[in-house]
Amino acid sequence: MNFDLFLQYMVAGVTYGTIYGIVAVGFNIIYNATGIINFAQGEFVMLGGMTAVTLGRFLPLPAAILGAVLITMILGALLEILFIRWLYRPSVLRMIVITIGLSILIREVALHIWGESVRALPYFTGTSVTSIRLGGVYISPQVLWVVGISAVVVVILGGFFRYTLLGMQMRACAANRDAARLCGISAKNMVTFSFMLSAAIGALGGCIVSPITYVQYDSGVPLAIKGFTVAILGGLGNSMASAGAGMLLGILESLSISVLPAAYKDVISVAILLVILFVRPSGLFGSIEAARLKEF
Amino acid sequence: MRGRNGIIVAIVSLALLVGAGVQAAEPIKVGAILAVTGPASFLGGPESRTLTMLAEEVNAKGGINGHKVELFIMDSGANPEKAVSFAKQLIEEKKVLAILGPSTSGETMQIKGIAEEGKTILLSCAAAEVIVNPVAKWVFKTPQKDSDAIQAIFNQMKKMKISRIGVLSGNTGFGKAGKGQIEKLAPENGITIVASEVYDKASTDLTAEVTKLKAANVEAIVNWSIVPAQSIVIKNARQIGFAGPIFQSHGFGNIKYVEAAGAAAEGVIFPAGRLLVADVLPDSNPQKAVLVKYKNDYEKRYKEDASTFGGHAYDAFMILAKAIEKAGSTDKEKVRDAIESMKGFVGTGGVFDFSAEDHNGLGIDAFELLTVKDGKFALYGK
Repeated sequence: MNFDLFLQYMVAGVTYGTIYGIVAVGFNIIYNATGIINFAQGEFVMLGGMTAVTLGRFLPLPAAILGAVLITMILGALLEILFIRWLYRPSVLRMIVITIGLSILIREVALHIWGESVRALPYFTGTSVTSIRLGGVYISPQVLWVVGISAVVVVILGGFFRYTLLGMQMRACAANRDAARLCGISAKNMVTFSFMLSAAIGALGGCIVSPITYVQYDSGVPLAIKGFTVAILGGLGNSMASAGAGMLLGILESLSISVLPAAYKDVISVAILLVILFVRPSGLFGSIEAARLKEF
Repeated sequence: MRGRNGIIVAIVSLALLVGAGVQAAEPIKVGAILAVTGPASFLGGPESRTLTMLAEEVNAKGGINGHKVELFIMDSGANPEKAVSFAKQLIEEKKVLAILGPSTSGETMQIKGIAEEGKTILLSCAAAEVIVNPVAKWVFKTPQKDSDAIQAIFNQMKKMKISRIGVLSGNTGFGKAGKGQIEKLAPENGITIVASEVYDKASTDLTAEVTKLKAANVEAIVNWSIVPAQSIVIKNARQIGFAGPIFQSHGFGNIKYVEAAGAAAEGVIFPAGRLLVADVLPDSNPQKAVLVKYKNDYEKRYKEDASTFGGHAYDAFMILAKAIEKAGSTDKEKVRDAIESMKGFVGTGGVFDFSAEDHNGLGIDAFELLTVKDGKFALYGK
């Protein structure tokens, strides 16, 4: 394999990795606030992409994306209020069943609204054949958009949790819900916020990747599986780590194609998931100490 | 109270009487197993809409030989296990005359044996040649053979003096069958497969796969899949700067793939039935009238472009209807014989000539080579 080819595989890997990473970030936000995995996270990504495509028919692209993010955010809040908010200390298993049920529900509703056809937003810059040539490597401008926007999102998210009152309240709830409530923070509201935030990030992710991956009523599930793998790989609850883990998995998958038949690409990610769960359940970047305190 | 009960009884009996009157001639039960949802929904969706439309049309005209058609459409979601249980249900419980579909080759192969055992006509809407080769007594299919599609592509490659190709295929029944046929036919056409990759049907980006082909210095890429990934393939291939011709299977015959692939779809070459170019066919073409009527009816009713896949269901339904008419009965054995001896049936996929050895009835002339020009399908080289 020559160097140009290696770089081309790396670019492909970074593309996959960013897509996985942005889904994983959504998992982490809700996990941090509630201690549960929201298995409907992939559906937020699908909803974002679908809504943006529909709005894009009569709105300019940035407005359509903004609208899609807002609508998905409201839906995220509604789901939490309708199905989760009123539960009293639900068990992990119950939450898994509820979120999987929600994921199926959203998919079926989407099938009825949009039908089964494949949709995509237009490329933000250029067309589907435009590519930027760097040395011997070709990069689609959309990949740069995806990587750029994702990086900005992760940085803003880091700042939000560290410096804003709302972010600090959410972190307080994650650290110790009872103590946070004693300080006058509404834990229930924080959970709703976390659903809104993760729906918004999922939707934004869905919009920016849709020119590359397309979007269909059932495209959320495979993304959720990869995002989940990445979230575990990076260590549940750690958004920065999941961005890194996403890259790692994406690049591994991409390089695996150069030596193994492409059909084994998904075997890599599942094998990694299993190894991590056996050997280092706290994730690559997670602390073993902290993992012991978590119930899930 | 007694009087009121009497009135209710009278109304109910009247309703029963009216109901019985309508059902004078026993309806013909036809099952359909289609992937209306799931990864192959772009096949099953148009297919199920086509069947619904045709059944209504036939019933409005008084049915076939005076029998109304009762259609049972089962949504398999492209899942072979579901297809198997639906096939058993349709044959054993509903006692249908025939099953139309399934939409995908994988499902069809799973239920082929069940149809044979249950002595029920199966008119598959899936493409793989293994469905009718070797011939099974009760199994027919309406889409053109994949070996003919590949031969049409290879003929074009010979004209273009291409000999080193890369092959990509999806991990579906259609993809696997196509890959097998490509590997079988390539040597006799003097074509070498330099690289071959199989990808997952739910893939979202295939840059790495096409990079591998480009690195192997292929002159052309042949992609064989029916999943949306086939739009991703051409897009990624052009993005990494692959400039050679890209050939697709007849599974590319849905304008939505062209829309999804955008500019990358321009110049893609693929074999397909004539439905996609119905408007530009010369009037002398025997299929023109059938194609234009089906296309207009479908598009008027569903406000979406007709695809060749819906056409496969059209052919399956019409062949069955014609056979029942010809047999003059709804006896399974007689209807089956009527299909097997049918000649010169003009459908959307081509002109069907069935025989005891050929349960597909179409030859290589059922294909036209198409390309994409300015976001629309066009006849290649014209």
